[in-house]
Amino acid sequence: MNTVVCIKQVVDTEAEKRLRPEDWRLDRTVENILNPYDEYAVEAAIQLREELGGEVTVLCMGPDAAEEGVRKALAMGADKAVMVTDPVLEGSDAQGTAYALSRALKTLEFDLVLCGVMSTDAQTGLVPAALAELLDLPVLGNASRLEAAGDTLMVNRQTDEGYIAYECPMPAVVAVAKGINEPRYPSIKGIMGAKKKPLATMTAADLGIETAAVGSAGARTRVLASTQVPPRAAGERLTDYGTPAEGAAKLADFLFDAKVV
Amino acid sequence: MSRNGILIIGEVRGGKLTGATLECISEAGRLVATLGGEVSVGLIGEGVGALAATAGRYGASTAYVLDAAELAVFRSGPYADAAMACIGAADPQTVLLSNSADGREMATRCAARLGVGVVIDVTVLQHGDARLLATHPCFGGSVLAEKECTGDPQIFTVRPNSFARVEVGGEAAVVPLTVDFTPSGVLARVVDVVSERAGILSLEEAAVIVTGGRGVGGPENFAIIEELAAVLGAAVGASRAVVDAGWKPSTYQVGQTGKTVSPALYIACGLSGSIQHKAGMQTSGVIVAINKDPEAPIFNFATFGIVGDLHQIVPALTEEIRRRKAAA
Repeated sequence: MNTVVCIKQVVDTEAEKRLRPEDWRLDRTVENILNPYDEYAVEAAIQLREELGGEVTVLCMGPDAAEEGVRKALAMGADKAVMVTDPVLEGSDAQGTAYALSRALKTLEFDLVLCGVMSTDAQTGLVPAALAELLDLPVLGNASRLEAAGDTLMVNRQTDEGYIAYECPMPAVVAVAKGINEPRYPSIKGIMGAKKKPLATMTAADLGIETAAVGSAGARTRVLASTQVPPRAAGERLTDYGTPAEGAAKLADFLFDAKVV
Repeated sequence: MSRNGILIIGEVRGGKLTGATLECISEAGRLVATLGGEVSVGLIGEGVGALAATAGRYGASTAYVLDAAELAVFRSGPYADAAMACIGAADPQTVLLSNSADGREMATRCAARLGVGVVIDVTVLQHGDARLLATHPCFGGSVLAEKECTGDPQIFTVRPNSFARVEVGGEAAVVPLTVDFTPSGVLARVVDVVSERAGILSLEEAAVIVTGGRGVGGPENFAIIEELAAVLGAAVGASRAVVDAGWKPSTYQVGQTGKTVSPALYIACGLSGSIQHKAGMQTSGVIVAINKDPEAPIFNFATFGIVGDLHQIVPALTEEIRRRKAAA
């Protein structure tokens, strides 16, 4: 069973994020990491391969620097990688990204496309469903369980109340939820081996991508302005309040006065 | 150019329209008062026609109803087919959906078919020159971006609790629609619908949330958090540390790698208030912190903080609120 995992290099979750005033795009000149949600997708793909054989390919659209995240996925155990790297793709919105990834997927053989549930920087979560639309495949998002037997996937889609269990023929697109597995740490051997694994780089022209549909120019959403929100100020903090019951009474006074209870 | 008001794609949970849907209908009513056009709603599911009355009460003048067995349980393919049928019939200038996983999947599939974009997780909508401007709090609410959709129609997914819900007492004309489902979309077969937390409040929709962190001390101690939540009619949340320790499933997690919430009241019990947690809750109205560590970062942005042992203060607070509510 062959799986392609779509991954993204993102700004570190602990870094201060801001939009650059010149073009209102995310300032990425800080620490970048493999999108934490994508690690679950990479792990899920490796587990399926360990059980059923086949190959795991990671697919990443991004600048040259995104190779670091790609190598991490290879170090975890993916077999090979394809990077789609082209200046015309910079500034693509979710629809443009999905379109470029779909063009790359059309050149690859797969039974399953796996994604993380969203990226931790843009946090749209739009790409998996847009991919399914462009590839005319079924899609199941928020997967908290993923198993395969024959050409059928068994997927639990997490909901607020519990989950919905689906059976779905392959090929299909699945976005896995956080916590579906415990992503492995790359071993030293894995890290060394990753350097030798095949990594193909494709440009927009290689994939026949219409440049009008990607990049900032092709984006169908536009940021007009951005403001940094001033940090919330610290409010009242009680330290001397007597007994816990007296403290609780003061807190209750506050809640009733603020009309939030 | 389509120029006919605002269409809300309704979201149904437990046989009712979600709060986010009612809020979108109310907000759309305020917007069309100056923008012109009408407010319509798409009702998608099985046996959802009766919800037209609710939609009308909140201000929808037309309800497009797609009632089919294929729509009994959410699948983004057939739901997107249904939403497209509503868009075709209503010919709206703007489409609003809930910023839930389901809403975003439908939105992006419709957008791909229409060749337009989606602005997600919107908390404010206002008139621009010719189109709507949306405010989207990004990076956990530390930055507010003002965005527009350049295509037509404009599609937005709206964060629950962003708009006021107002009953205006109208009636919606019911227009039944039918749709031919895209074959690939109905390939996924629903095997089972499992409710692990039946009737529990969704974190995104809740007006009050009580969250427990590592300081709660263990899964069994969550009972005091749940009791406080019960007297407040609140949803229960958890920090990443609690989820990573396996005390609560990941559906409870609030934070950058969990849910982003905006309740009117957020009570944080025994959690430090890390950057990644703050990113998921800092747009809450009132933030209350209960923590024994006076240096915990949560006190730097809490509206009201109390330094003390949550195991004593939380039960005392539960009792105090219960007593005052009973007296009221």
